[in-house]
Formats: sequence, C-alpha cells, structure tokens
Amino acid sequence: MSAPGRSGLVFREPLLFESSRAGRAGVPIGDTDVPLVDPARELGDELVRDDVPDFPELAELDVVRHFTRLSQWNYGIDSGFFPLGSCTMKYNPKVNEVVARLPGLAAVHPLADEADVQGLLALACELEAALAEISGLDRVTLQPAAGAQGEFVGVRMIQAYHRARGDTARTRVIIPDTAHGTNPASAALNGLEVVELKSGADGIVHPEALARVADAHTAALMLTNPNTLGLFETHVEKLAEVIHGVGGLVYLDGANMNALLGVAKPGHMGVDVMHFNLHKTFSTPHGGGGPGAGPVAVRNALAPFLPTPVIRREGDRYRLDDEFPHSIGRVHAWYGNAGIWLRALAYIRTLGAAGLAEVTSRAALNANYVLESLRDAYDAPHARRVMHECVLTDRRQQERGVTTADIAKRLMDYGYHPPTIYFPLVVAGALMIEPTECESQETLDGFIETMQRIAREAETEPELVTGAPQRPIVRRLDEVRAARKPRLRWSRSD
Amino acid sequence: MSYVPHTPHELRAMLARIGVASLEELFADVPAALRARAELKLPPALDERALLRFFGGHAGENADVQRHTSFLGGGAYHHFIPAAVDALASRGEFMTAYTPYQAEISQGTLQMIFEFQTLICQLTGLEVANASLYDGASAVAEAALMAARLSRRTRIGVSAGLHPHWRAVLATYGEGIGLELLTVPLDESGRTRADALPDECAALVVQSPNFLGCIEDLGGATKAAHARGALAIAATAEALSLALLRSPGELGCDIACGDAQSFGLPLSFGGPYAGFLAAREKFVRQLPGRLIGESVDANGERAFVMTLTTREQHIRREKATSNICTNQGLCALRVTLWLALFGRRGIRRLAEQNVSLAAYARRAFARAGLRLPYSAPVFNEFTAVVPELANRLARCRAKDILAGVPLERFSPELENHLLVCTTEMNTRAQIDALVRELAS
Amino acid sequence: MADREYEIPDDCQYTESDEWVRVDGAIVRVGITDYAQSELNDIVFVELPERGRQIERGEAFGVVESVKAVSDLLAPIAGEISEVHSALSDHPEWLNEDPYGRGWIIALTPEDMESLDGLMSAAEYRAHVKARSGK
Repeated sequence: MSAPGRSGLVFREPLLFESSRAGRAGVPIGDTDVPLVDPARELGDELVRDDVPDFPELAELDVVRHFTRLSQWNYGIDSGFFPLGSCTMKYNPKVNEVVARLPGLAAVHPLADEADVQGLLALACELEAALAEISGLDRVTLQPAAGAQGEFVGVRMIQAYHRARGDTARTRVIIPDTAHGTNPASAALNGLEVVELKSGADGIVHPEALARVADAHTAALMLTNPNTLGLFETHVEKLAEVIHGVGGLVYLDGANMNALLGVAKPGHMGVDVMHFNLHKTFSTPHGGGGPGAGPVAVRNALAPFLPTPVIRREGDRYRLDDEFPHSIGRVHAWYGNAGIWLRALAYIRTLGAAGLAEVTSRAALNANYVLESLRDAYDAPHARRVMHECVLTDRRQQERGVTTADIAKRLMDYGYHPPTIYFPLVVAGALMIEPTECESQETLDGFIETMQRIAREAETEPELVTGAPQRPIVRRLDEVRAARKPRLRWSRSD
Repeated sequence: MSYVPHTPHELRAMLARIGVASLEELFADVPAALRARAELKLPPALDERALLRFFGGHAGENADVQRHTSFLGGGAYHHFIPAAVDALASRGEFMTAYTPYQAEISQGTLQMIFEFQTLICQLTGLEVANASLYDGASAVAEAALMAARLSRRTRIGVSAGLHPHWRAVLATYGEGIGLELLTVPLDESGRTRADALPDECAALVVQSPNFLGCIEDLGGATKAAHARGALAIAATAEALSLALLRSPGELGCDIACGDAQSFGLPLSFGGPYAGFLAAREKFVRQLPGRLIGESVDANGERAFVMTLTTREQHIRREKATSNICTNQGLCALRVTLWLALFGRRGIRRLAEQNVSLAAYARRAFARAGLRLPYSAPVFNEFTAVVPELANRLARCRAKDILAGVPLERFSPELENHLLVCTTEMNTRAQIDALVRELAS
Repeated sequence: MADREYEIPDDCQYTESDEWVRVDGAIVRVGITDYAQSELNDIVFVELPERGRQIERGEAFGVVESVKAVSDLLAPIAGEISEVHSALSDHPEWLNEDPYGRGWIIALTPEDMESLDGLMSAAEYRAHVKARSGK
C-alpha cells in the first residue's frame, strides 16, 4: 500500500511576520497622477498613525511560496475522499469559479443603479424560483450569508408571523436532541426558550412525544429531515399536524437536502419555513470555513415578513422592493453572498431536474453501501436503511481502549479526512459518514477496507490507532494548552 | 449531468451489496404520497459551453467597474487586486477544504487564519481578533451584542454616521434580545456629537470614516463613552483607512469591527465580504466566532488549532456567544494574501494615494462651485451638493461614468447630496471629467 | 477513562450535579467531585462569581470548561458567597489534580445550616455515580 499524505516535498513554513524583512518591497504600485498630499498636513497630525508596527514586508515571490506551502498542508475535496457527515463535501465544479469571476458579475458595485444591475437581479430571481421549486414552498430570500444566519432569519420570521396575529405568548422552540448546535443558538439569539425533545429509541421523533410538549407557547418545531442520524423522519407529516394544531409553525433545517432532491419536497411535508446551505447541497466551495450562503424559503403566509430588499420581477424589469412594512428588516448589508449564490445557480443549471434527482439517489446508494459494508466491523446505532449519511460508533473498539477520536486520527495516516466525530450527541462516540454522490465504488471500497483495517488494528495493535496520526505534518495537538493559555496572535516579543 | 461517477456495473454491484433491487427501494421509508409529488420542474441542464453563454448574457447587462468609470463607495470599495491573490486563493487545498476541526490536516488554513487574526490586531491596534464574520454589518451587530453581554445593559448609542444598512442589520439582531438603539447625532462638520450619548448605554458605536465620508474624532468619542460607563466600539467600512489613520486601539476603543472588503475582495454585488471583530484581551471569552490559537503537537512542534471553542454553538448550543458556524474563511484568506502582497509600505502608499485623490477631487469640486457641506477631514470619499443631481447623474451615466451614490435614498433631507469615492483605481483625467459633467 | 474507583471522601456531602460540600466552621466550602473532573477531562477555565452574591439552592454560580465541554456549577444550598478561590483563574488544573483540596471553588455562608440535611452522603453519592458510570 502506498503512503498517502505526501506530495513531493512538504516544507515547514514560518509565519509571515517571522519571514518579514524590513525594506522588502511587495507588489509594485505605480504613481498616481494627482499631486500627492502629506496626510498629516491634509488631515491633521492627531488623525494620522505611524506605519503599522511589525506589519509584514515580503517580496511577492516570498508570499506566493508562503501560501503555496501552507496550502500543501491542507486536505480538501480536491485532495481526496472527504466523508464529513452533514457537510456534504461534494465536488466544487471549476466552471462555477469561471462564472463567478465574469466581470459583469464580479465587478458590480452593490450600490449601482437598479437599471444597471438587471442581469444580476434576473439571476437572483432565477435562483429564488429554483429554490422555491426544490423546497415546494413559495417565496425565497437570498440574504442570509450562511445556514446559521438562515436559521436566525427563519425563526425571526416565525416570531413576526405570530406577533402580527397578536399572539405574543409564543416563546418556545421545540428542537430534537439530534439537532445541530446552531438550531438552539439561533433560537436563543431571537430571545426564545429552547425545549429539547428526545427522539425515540428508533432514532426519530414521535408525534406522541411532541404532543406532550407542544402547546400555546410553541412558536415552532425546528426539524432536520433526514435527521443527523441519516434517518428520514417518517412521522414528519404527523409532527407538522401536531404543531399546526397548537398554532405553531414548522421550520426545516435544510442541511441534509442532498437526501431529498426529487424524493420529497419540504413544502409537502408540512414545513412552513426552511433554509438551504448552498455550500453543502449546492456545491459551493467550503473555503476552509466559508463563505457559505443560507437562503430561506417560506410559505406565502410568511412572505410579508421577508427581509428587505425583496427582489421581484415586474414585467420584463427587475426591482428591488423595500415596501414591506412587516419585514423583519435587513440581515445583510447588501443582497447576501452574491458570489456564492451565483455559483449555486450555475450548479443547478448544470444539473437540471434529472441531475439533481440523480444526486440524491446516488448519495443514498453510497451511504448505504458504506453502512452495509462496515456493519461487521463497527456497531451502528440502528438497523434501518439510511438516506445520505450513516452513523457508526466506537462501542466495540472501546473495549480495547480505542475511541472514535483515535479512529479519526488513524484515518489520516491512510490519507483520508475523518468523518464527523462525536456528533450527533445522542450517539456515544458517533462517527458520521457522508460519502456524497460524487464518489465511485472504488473510492468507497478503499475507505471501507481502511476502516476494516483500523478495526483490526484496534483488536491486535491498538497503539497504532491511539498513537495516530503519524503521517501529517503535525501530530496530535495539545488543545488543553491552547485553551488554558490562549495565544491568538503573533507578537514581536515571542 | 451531475458529476456522479458510477458505471452500470458498479450500480449493480453496490445495490447487491446493500440488498436492494433498485435505487428506488432505498427510499422506502419516505411515504409514497410524498415521493409521487416530488418531481422537480427546472430548466434543462446546460453543459459548460451553454452555461457560460447563459451567464455571459446576463453579465453583459450589468454596469461593471471594469468597463465603466466608478466613483461608487458607501460601504463597498473598488481597489486594486493583484493577480497573485486569485491565483493562490483558487488553490483547491484552500478552496475545497473544510472548517479546520481536524487540526493535523488543516494547518494551512489554521496558520493562515492565525496570520489574519494578527494582521487585524495590528491594523486595529487591539489585542485579540476572531477568524472573520459574515460582513461589516453583522460584525457591528455582534460587537453590540457582546457589549450588552459584558455590561448587562441593553441600550446602544449609535452614531448617525453609521452606514444605514449596517444600522438596519444591528436593529434586526438587537430586536431578538431587546436592544434599544439610541441615535447620537452628527454636528455640522459631519462628525458625531459624542457628548450627546445618553446614560446607561452598553456602548457607543461610531463608524470612521463615517457614511458621509468624514473621519471621526474616535479619541473624543471614546472618552465620552467611558465617562458614561459605556464601551467604545469603532466600526470601519473602508478598511484601507486603518493603514493611515490612528487605530481604534491607540485611541482607547474597546472593540473594533467592520468589513475588510477593501483588502482583496471583489465588489461582487455585495458579497461575499469579510467581517472582522477585534477587542481588548480581557474580553476574549465573550468574543463570538471562531478563534485560532497557537499550541504544540505531540512532538513539541508549533502548530495551530481552533481554541476556546466552548463559546461556540457546537458546544454551548443555546448559551453560545453567537450562532455563527460557517464564517468567511476563504475571504479571510484573500485578505491575508492581499495584505501580505502589499505589505507595510504598500498599504501605506495605497492609502496616501487615496487621500491625495480625494483631496484633488474635493478641491476640484469646490473650484467648480459644487458645495462641500461637511468640513471634517476625509479619507477617500466625501459628500458634495450637486444641483439637479438626477439629471447630471444621467448625463454621467450616458458617458459610462458611475458618478457616486445619491444620498437622498438613505435620508430624504439629503436631497442633491452625492457621495463620491476616489480610490487608486481612479485617475486625474477621470476626476476632471466627472467635475465637468457635474458642474455644468 | 478511569479504571480506578472515584474518590468520594466521607467528610463531604454531595449534590446530584456532582458538587461536594464540606463544613468548615460557620461556612461551607464547595467544589466539584473527582467523578466530575474525570468526566470533564482537562479543565481549561473556571468562570467564578463575585464575592457577596446571594444565591439560591440549585442556582448556577459559575461555569467550568474543558476543551470540549462546559458545565454549570450549581449551588448546593442557599447562602452568601463569602470567599472565591480566584487563584483558580490561573490554575484551572487544580480542579483536576486536587478536587477536594486545592480545587475548592467558593465558600458559602449558609442561609440555614439545616439545609445541608438535604444533601447526599458519601454512600448515597457513590451509588449515584455508580448508576451513571457503572463503576
């Protein structure tokens, strides 16, 4: 077996500030053709600073090498299999980068006249229409800059809906124990109380349990479907009935939309509001932590509360409409992460309806294939078929003192990014694997064989696993030290 | 066309391993009634050639700053972006990487963000900075929420010079936890009357340079805030100004926030940009967003890792300092690249050119009889009063000049007021042409 | 994962939320138990309350943080916080190393000494730990 994790030579690289040398000139800047003024004379001494102390001075080639080397320590989807559950690490098409860089899209100022951005507004409307179709809901906003911001917007709109009907008692949001941490955080940001709902032993939410906690104080149920165990919430329509029955609304966290394209529309399940993660289902690059985009789709009844400006079509003109007196207001300085939603539209136009349906069917194929292939070596919390992701646990390996964290680190030695670990919280030692639709059987077999090998190592040579990783440029980090004595920046005295 | 690789042979083998006869069987748990209605109706799929034609057509309908002369500012700035920024930011190892939870194979991203945090600290003169927020508007909102948490007060003094869209976002966020926003007015020179800050405020938020282009007296504003037991929050929309103006930290501010869009991020119709947030060290545990810290690995080698993560949503959940998860990582990379490529002298040189261009333009406006209503000094944008503004803007537009931002749309009393921004992307000839069109 | 038995001194009383209480003259000292520190792993930070604060029984008076987890500290009985072990800010590891000694967190002047009767004895707490951990 080859030794993955090496690419030619991999260098150690100091910080920019350590490589800096006084007097090195960076990118050349030509003269301006207006007379230069002395800033202190022009603005007043008291406003002007000295040069920024210790700011780096590097030649352009130094900078290019610095970042090239740093990049070589990373692992991206472009590097290899990336089965991170709930993140949908699918191929980020390069053509979408070309689209986003077209000057007529990338070099447009957000305050240009409405008449001068008709092309962009038309594209925004197209994306909104596509997301409305995919969600089975009516209206869409592209403003939220990430899924969590989408949740904030959705929950805020739900609050606005209740208040507009004179109902000020709706102070609680019901959230299953399998939910992503952003769900309760978004509820709290809106001043709402979180009621945690335990899923059943079968991993999904049951209407009877929901009915016990749903009442006139319930603003909403926040559901993820399929949930973070990869299981379809089969009772979803009944859950929606229960919530609607007490006057609440249903919010869908759309992080797992990769499992629903062409299979089920949230609007048909009783969902009233949902967000999408364009950087998950719709292929926009993860970027090492963003930028993403979290558009929100709603039923018509919630349209009055949409963030402004609302983009609308009037005949063959596109308008930015601020006349929404019940709007929850702005959540973004401009129109959301336009560069990101343009990439998502490019993806949707590339795939079309049949392509998107194929995404979901192959995502489920891959997830179930991995699950079935690994049931012998690892415990899985449920016997059921999954949708686009599956969860395993370290229960068996723990008998030999090997944990999920160890397995994750050992996977790196074999050239894989680990799956999501210790989430969802309802499964002890969870390993959440989402292969996505983009991987071949061959790639999956490589991963499966590696996982089986690690399970054998846990049996016979556990130190190989507990001592991992050995191959990356750094070994396991001392996170305790980083938290006890935080050093969050470089300074000269270091 | 969906980037799926499975051959028919693979499909058969995989279905067999799973124990189903068809892909449809994988969805047996989904109620049939839902499945029956799920078919998507979307426009036909396009290959790359058709895709580029489609987008190219729409792109051609927009006025972009490459084909037009632009004096547009007001919260988004047209600056020079060297080719190396794109080249390096496009590397797949950066672009297609995930959030660096697995530190051992994310040292590229982690070290880069540590450098970003340091650069923001150096520019703002403060001690800790996070790994980025969505944009300047949400950064101001997060700063205000942070101040409210620290002080246990719910009133925020907000300068009238804060970007109206940023104020709107602050209001939206603040409503959720009952923040009361109190406007602190501007004086005739165009600067904040900080002594009008009410009592019992958690913080005073002052943007500098402000929305009218005026450089504020941040030192005075900070004193006024502290005298009333409030924190001083400095907001920055034009980050390049930090290369030349006395930093918020130096002037005593507690928190600095804003947008780093000027540092290498294309205008892109408003996003993605890069919000930043920096503060005094004693506030570190109340900082929202990701933080990257330095540590060592098992071999004692220096390495970087996400730290103080217990503040964040994935651990604290409803008690988190914020709900933010995905931030603007790749944008932070572009910012770091841009700042490293220009370096200490380069950013200063660019800033001085911006000041010089605005100085030239203002003098030209004044000579042409166009009134400049605010006497405060400016960095690279300023307000002018142009009679018959709508007509003259149309005339400029007919000559492919995007003359500036009419302020009436933000404040009805600012009729005929135009916000004009001059950056190193503008030339003397362009400014002369602008003045000719606006003054006649 | 500890294979050992958890230390549960007889001279302390205990809460269900894993705090220990020891009478020290007119005041009581409060900390977290050996089981608690073991579950949390390396403690990186303790958020401490202010001296003089009045707290109710069961009210959160602070927070203890490890790298991956956070836990509220809950008051075992009502009273006034008379002392705060501020040195813990620089030495959170004392909570791991010596939870019943150097790891004490606050001292309380109880509103009512009899309220201590409601707390668990060492034997009761041992059973409570065993029920959750199997040890």
